[in-house]
Amino acid sequence: MWDTVKLIALAGIVLLAAIAANYARDVPYMVHAIIIMLVAGGMFLYTIRRVGDPKPEPDLGYMDDVIRAGVIATAFWGVVGFLAGVFIAFQLAFPVLNFEWAQGYMNFGRLRPLHTSAVIFAFGGNALICSSFYIVQRTSAARLWGGNLPWFVFWGYNLFIVLAATGYLLGSTQGKEYAEPEWYVDLWLTIVWVAYLLVFLGTIMRRKEKHIYVANWFLLSFIVTVAMLHIVNNLSIPVSIFGSKSVQVFSGVQDAMTQWWYGHNAVGFFLTAGFLGMMYYFVPKQAERPVFSYKLSIIHFWALIFLYIWAGPHHLHYTALPDWASTLGMVFSVVLWMPSWGGMINGLMTLSGAWDKLRTDPIIRMMVVSIGFYGMSTFEGPMMSIKAVNSLSHYTDWTIGHVHSGALGWNGMITFGALYFLVPRLWNRERLYSLAMVNWHFWLATIGIVLYAASMWVTGIMEGLMWREVDAQGFLVNSFADTVAAKFPMYVVRALGGVLYLAGAIIMCYNLWMTIRKAPAKEAEAPAMAPAE
Amino acid sequence: MQESTLLREMADNWMLLVMFTLFIGAVLWPFRPGSRKDHEESANIPFLYEDKPAPDYPEGKGEEAAR
Ligand code: HEM
Ligand code: HEM
Repeated sequence: MWDTVKLIALAGIVLLAAIAANYARDVPYMVHAIIIMLVAGGMFLYTIRRVGDPKPEPDLGYMDDVIRAGVIATAFWGVVGFLAGVFIAFQLAFPVLNFEWAQGYMNFGRLRPLHTSAVIFAFGGNALICSSFYIVQRTSAARLWGGNLPWFVFWGYNLFIVLAATGYLLGSTQGKEYAEPEWYVDLWLTIVWVAYLLVFLGTIMRRKEKHIYVANWFLLSFIVTVAMLHIVNNLSIPVSIFGSKSVQVFSGVQDAMTQWWYGHNAVGFFLTAGFLGMMYYFVPKQAERPVFSYKLSIIHFWALIFLYIWAGPHHLHYTALPDWASTLGMVFSVVLWMPSWGGMINGLMTLSGAWDKLRTDPIIRMMVVSIGFYGMSTFEGPMMSIKAVNSLSHYTDWTIGHVHSGALGWNGMITFGALYFLVPRLWNRERLYSLAMVNWHFWLATIGIVLYAASMWVTGIMEGLMWREVDAQGFLVNSFADTVAAKFPMYVVRALGGVLYLAGAIIMCYNLWMTIRKAPAKEAEAPAMAPAE
Repeated sequence: MQESTLLREMADNWMLLVMFTLFIGAVLWPFRPGSRKDHEESANIPFLYEDKPAPDYPEGKGEEAAR
């Protein structure tokens, strides 16, 4: 019965997508309609071949197959996103790489959003989804809720990424940073995200443990807030249901404010709260001791929730935004420094009494460096929010350096740590294939980040100073092209830093692959019912 | 009304008081008497159910059995 309903629905989608492709007003819309048609058609064939197959016994253990798929997707998208980053970094240094034959598809302007979405949403998003599925099951002592719904979340989310990425290359964008996808892709993401929320909440509701572990608080706040941000920032009216173009409902400064309310909280809840959820689970697990102070983690949580929401205007200093609003943003950003460092201290001190692990365990070292970069970028951020500092840093590469010390250092490193933690457990291996390779990865990534951040500070401050330099008559001394020429060496250094970081990630993929293929399997467990202590 | 005006209204109105009180309450709550035991239990959750879900014990007995 259920199969019949599913088949009818899929056939309907194929038909509608074919009609949409036929009437399409623009190329990206047509390509997307064809992708959807092919996906739905493929699923139709897959389902019809299995109609009437005996249903497998419902499994009572943890649902780990979807997490395994998520781990593979994370590693894959990571390499894609870093590769795109390295390429656009070289494009900035050597403009000839904007090839004439690929104009309009592979020039910097098209590839930049591809990079940001690939690293944040594809790499970071898959990491968050699969690790949140892992964490919520282990800390609730319950199987994921919703039957096959987690699979829908996984595939649906990755379909969203494919639609977004192809859209950017073909020029479908609503021009809002980190929210580029057009209206129908946004609608699809909304559906997937609600399913994600249901799976997560459902699992928490059926938990067998009295308390809700703090990592789940962070993860839940990430899911709920991202849903809210996504919907409000994407309020738009399509020009035609057969075209990708849409018009924003907000306009002017209201739109700018909404966009950076979204943008900053995407940083605060996607790149911070979600990854803090990972930190509060994986760091204690890898250090084999509970978090330093559970009280502090709760205060960390509430302070982030209450403060982050108001910090967005620091992206709009000296614009048409009312002065009081940008002052509000500045004050909240500065206050945000405290809970952020509280969280950092909590993460680092979890290792107290086990500091020797830093020498012996490269995975712990990765996590510690990650927390260190969390501390660094949450110090740098509040500083850059101060209006006087921002008047120098805004529009310069300093911002880019800040972004990447957070992104490469904090998000990247904690994700690598989580992947190294997860793979042996998910594939039932005794250990990783090679710790020496983890060490290599660690150093390549760390040196890469240092090159990236340091070169961006230098160019950022340099260009900021060059822009404001005036002579005795009050004329500007430097033209814009002068600053571009002066930045060249630093752009090359940044790109090389990116190459190192990418090389580390490729070593990681090889190591994880060999772990799955070659590392010895874990020995059979002792009888399951033995008491835990 | 424009969105930024709405925000302004909220910022210097009773909303400010409500949010601030909620925030102070949330920060003080972990220091309530008797929270230490709860927190210790919670902090140890990651080390309890590594391999498989807790079996179906009668309501509320699951975690005792696991410990
Ligand atoms: C191999 C590593 C990477 C390299 C070489 C790289 C390179 C770049 C470059 C060249 C830009 C454009 C800067 C500009 O317009 O001047 C950029 C932007 C950006 N990248 Fe990366 N990136 C890397 C990894 C990452 C990762 C892992 C993340 C996030 C998790 C990330 C997030 C971003 C963001 C958010 C922006 C936009 C910044 C802004 O608009 O202020 N990148 N990246
Ligand atoms: C207390 C925490 C933080 C504060 C107060 C803060 C503040 C700021 C400020 C003032 C800017 C520059 C705005 C401009 O001049 O245009 C900025 C940009 C940015 N920050 Fe942070 N930051 C914080 C933490 C982080 C972290 C941890 C990450 C990443 C993981 C991050 C990612 C970004 C990104 C992606 C941008 C660039 C936005 C754009 O495209 O223009 N921030 N942040």
